Amino acid sequence: MPLVADLKIDCLGLFCPMPIVKTREALRRMTVGQILEMSSDDPGSEADMKTWSARTGNDLLGIERDGPVFRFFVRKTR
Amino acid sequence: MARSSASSSERLGRSPLPPSGPRVYLDYAGFSPVDPRVVALMRPFLEGGVGNPNAPHSLGLEARASLDGSRAKVARLFGATPAGVIFTGSATEANNLAIKGVAQRAAGHHVVTSAIEHISVIDSCRDLEKRGWTVSYLDVDADGRVDPDAVTRAIRAETALVSIMAANGEIGTIQPVQEIGRVTRARGVPFHVDAVGAAGRVALHVDTCHIDLLTLSSNDLYGPPGAGALWVRPTVKLAPQILGGGQEQGYRAGTENLPAIAGMGVAADLARIEVAGEAARLSGLRDRLLSGLLEQIPEARMTGARGAARLPHHVSIVVPGVKAEGVLMELDLRGIAASSGATCTVMTGEPSYVLRAIGCDRVAAEGSLCFTLGRWTTAGEIDTVLEAVPAVVTRLRRLANQ
Repeated sequence: MPLVADLKIDCLGLFCPMPIVKTREALRRMTVGQILEMSSDDPGSEADMKTWSARTGNDLLGIERDGPVFRFFVRKTR
Repeated sequence: MARSSASSSERLGRSPLPPSGPRVYLDYAGFSPVDPRVVALMRPFLEGGVGNPNAPHSLGLEARASLDGSRAKVARLFGATPAGVIFTGSATEANNLAIKGVAQRAAGHHVVTSAIEHISVIDSCRDLEKRGWTVSYLDVDADGRVDPDAVTRAIRAETALVSIMAANGEIGTIQPVQEIGRVTRARGVPFHVDAVGAAGRVALHVDTCHIDLLTLSSNDLYGPPGAGALWVRPTVKLAPQILGGGQEQGYRAGTENLPAIAGMGVAADLARIEVAGEAARLSGLRDRLLSGLLEQIPEARMTGARGAARLPHHVSIVVPGVKAEGVLMELDLRGIAASSGATCTVMTGEPSYVLRAIGCDRVAAEGSLCFTLGRWTTAGEIDTVLEAVPAVVTRLRRLANQ
């Protein structure tokens, strides 16, 4: 089943830490259970998002990749 | 605010006014107060009667003279040619112009830099990587030093640029710029030096060090924010990053910020005249603060290099068992402004890449404290900090263990 996001943010062209900062800010505005889709073309963002999700306890539901662009699906857990 | 004893300060050849007021300000690397002598010179530029340096009337000619006067003053700080100075809006912009500008004109697609450069250098290099370039991020040793032999090994036939900072603002380590310059010159590769941390604190000469591009910030010289500069050797090919009206010889379009640039010129002059005395005075205060902190907080360790290999105004330590954020808040309540070293970590909570590169683990990096001294720092202020920091650390540890 494809993941459907409640909110999408575009972080193309930005580098660490900005994709993480913007993800955190977006989740703050969302409610628990909602899904955020964040796109980034920072090659380091895959590792950053995995570490950050594990540390903060938010669910990284999936990562899709289309060439240089990653799409991360995160469910807010708390 | 206590702004007395002007005459005695003037006799010492220092600025007559302490701009930070009653607060103990030890975050000069984060922002430097603008020297009142610089403010006095900038005032007429802001209050009118000054034109656009590119205008064809007499006000424009006066403005042009001021602009070129500043260019000469900034160049003189590094023994450089005035014509090579390109004024920008910040040192970050100058770093972007140096790296992307050289890359876009080069035949080869490889850049050598270090793992602990300023984020504006790192991100410009990452941007090149996205466009198919290869970047070698050189490791540093436990003191944060780049090995000139590692630069030799990293250079390839297609290397377009080597970019190494003169000194790191987070751990205070001064790099062997002259040795690296010898390597790049022998291999015929342009050498860019981000001199923001070192400018006005250690002497740096573009010819002695074989520097081809040099980045400078106005505020780090006690000039106003909103101005920076990139000096470029005439033999270096550069692509402009901001296009428009052809200002700054076409390399940085947009009407020059003359009040800030005029201030930067005076600031550079003062820095050149005062650098030797200032460095000797500050390194004395630095060593007293550092040894006092390490003595009173036995578990604390300094980060970065020691002695002459360290910036004279820079103290950085890691304190295990406390969080920098908590210490800084407590210090702020006691009227002391300091920092944790890196702004990036404040935003993400991740340990700074500079501390990781020198082998600091996550727990130690959480207790990273950075005290940067400056033109108005006094011995009395160092005493205040030496009383406050150990007390705050003890208190926070006690709270954490309850």
